[in-house]
Amino acid sequence: MQLCSFPAIDFNRQPGVGAPVWRGRAANGDELHSFARAAREVGARITAIWGSDRRAQGQGYRLQCVFGIESGHAWLSLDLPAEAPSYPDLADLFSTANRMQRATRDMVGIATIGGDQRPWLRHGGWPEGWYPLRHDAGEPPTFQNRPTDYEFVQVGGEGAHEIPVGPIHAGIIEPGHFRFSVVGERVLKLEQRLGYQHKGVERLFVGADFARGAQLVGRVSGDSSCAYAWAYADAVEAACETAAPPRALALRALMLERERVANHLGDLGALGNDAAFAFGLTQFLRLKEDWVRLNARLFGHRFLFDRIVPGGVAVDVDAAGLAAIVEQCGAIETAVKELRGLYDEHPGLQDRFVTTGIIDRDLAQELSLSGLAARATGMLLDGRAHRQGYTPPPPYMALGVRPATDERGDVAARVAVRFDEIFESLRLLRLLAVDLPGGALRVEVAPVAGGAGLGVIEGWRGEVAVGVEIDAAGRLARVHPHDPSWQAWPALEFAVLRDIVPDFPLINKSFNLSYSGVDL
Amino acid sequence: MIPLLRHIFRTGILTEPLQAPDEGPQRELERLHDELLGILGRALTIREVDAGSCNACELEVHAMNNPYYNLEGRGIKFVASPRHADMLLVSGPVTKNMENALLRAYECTPDPKLVVAIGDCGCDAGVFGKSYASCGAISDVLPVDVRVPGCPPTPLAMMQGILAAVRQAK
Ligand code: SF4
Repeated sequence: MQLCSFPAIDFNRQPGVGAPVWRGRAANGDELHSFARAAREVGARITAIWGSDRRAQGQGYRLQCVFGIESGHAWLSLDLPAEAPSYPDLADLFSTANRMQRATRDMVGIATIGGDQRPWLRHGGWPEGWYPLRHDAGEPPTFQNRPTDYEFVQVGGEGAHEIPVGPIHAGIIEPGHFRFSVVGERVLKLEQRLGYQHKGVERLFVGADFARGAQLVGRVSGDSSCAYAWAYADAVEAACETAAPPRALALRALMLERERVANHLGDLGALGNDAAFAFGLTQFLRLKEDWVRLNARLFGHRFLFDRIVPGGVAVDVDAAGLAAIVEQCGAIETAVKELRGLYDEHPGLQDRFVTTGIIDRDLAQELSLSGLAARATGMLLDGRAHRQGYTPPPPYMALGVRPATDERGDVAARVAVRFDEIFESLRLLRLLAVDLPGGALRVEVAPVAGGAGLGVIEGWRGEVAVGVEIDAAGRLARVHPHDPSWQAWPALEFAVLRDIVPDFPLINKSFNLSYSGVDL
Repeated sequence: MIPLLRHIFRTGILTEPLQAPDEGPQRELERLHDELLGILGRALTIREVDAGSCNACELEVHAMNNPYYNLEGRGIKFVASPRHADMLLVSGPVTKNMENALLRAYECTPDPKLVVAIGDCGCDAGVFGKSYASCGAISDVLPVDVRVPGCPPTPLAMMQGILAAVRQAK
């Protein structure tokens, strides 16, 4: 099948019942670049880039690129030689490819021809020229762990100075470094340096079995554990040409929507707090605590870790549990409606939220943004919802999900989208709970040697993608988990530009991006 | 303002008594508060450091401040600078890329300082282990007073860990 009006590459739909993915191969770097250009012209997004070392199988390296297209995702691979593997820089077409390409170089040692060559994940913990994901990497050479100098882009001009922040921030939050260039209080530029959370998770997947893979993938970004576990399960099932049974799919959706609501509740509270409305924080944290306590009671874990597994789910909910879910949805809906009224009418809050931290739709498109930050610029993009040319995977296919959008692109819009998404998720949870299909919870997944699959799930931040390759012995050869924060971190750099430094915490919180999810 | 007041009135007070597993449901918290005052002469200040977590440990640290656990209301405050902290509450594993920043935070914390390692990752490196990118558990980098296992540990377990560290120091 031809995609993005690009006839040279033939794409085939991957098996399984997950979100639609088409696989194709580029013959060479030029073809990859030409496809990327054609994709960009029809409004596609770059979703993920990673690399794998296939020299142990007598091949070279393989570059993997995933594009978000109208009808789902196009997964394009490009084989590269064992000697001096390189490929054309895609950042000239998709600016957010920049960090993914640099991470690919740091991890596997395949680099772009030209473009930004600064390291991304490698700070000073291991030497240049040693690549953790090469099959013959072994243990790193003995090496003194010294933070390296990083070349931040300098801003000149009279009165401009820099404010470095982090890696340890003032609040209870993950570490990362932000370099503000300011004149007075005005932000001229923000440059992020991330990678502090890099704990080598991709290397741990290599040679692991499916169960160990599930345990790891659910801990890539703990606040999105269900989204990752489901994307991984979809990928493994596609690679092994099987599918989870209907009851398992419905329970997965039930857990994913509970994860979405939990995070939105916490963020709405924190956003109120950052705008000096501590009452909002207290109320939302109370609701969130009620919410995760029911998770613990029904599913055995407050954040639903390890409940979604390849082949299905590891937990069942009985009729009384489903009734408790429906009842809680009612109680939370009433409480959140009331709080929304308070947020909407509080003059101080609206004053801080409205016109702060704006990104517009064109920029969202330019950065390949997905998820709530994209919908808060008016983009109608939600992997759970039908759109022209796209049918969502089950069980969403039959639920008629109504994506929440807001055109303003500011903090207020991201707050409004969160409120709307809570209400929509509560509606979906009720639908799922009253009509849960019967049948098995799980099927056996027999590994298919050499198989590969990609899973894409609409997590609470946006598209979570997981790519899986299986080796000849039926174990994991390579897993690449991909967080939507890769695209959204650069959006934050733009969102602060019209604002002042004291607004940064609020703008940052309105995105609430994952560090661990991109640092891997 | 009226709807706000009405909401406050209806919600009431939610803070729960903290139960000590072996001592029955007694007013453990008041005791904790008294003990803290006795030891420190003031509230306990904590600097939380995420040295490489998956971020779920931090979700539970935040939860300790929700009205059910109400840590701040009990005289335990999270502070922005390690210089103002009596205790470091550290999640792990310690990444190579955070090792130096964590050591600096530790050095900046005035003596006598307490270190509580949280989460399976903080206690023994958890699912991530030691690797080219991970130094391992917090105790592979710093002296640790108390470990709170769990993936992530519950807010209650963390509060008991904080109390245990303070008692131990006494
Ligand atoms: S202990 Fe569990 S929750 Fe905490 S950082 Fe480790 S994996 Fe995440």
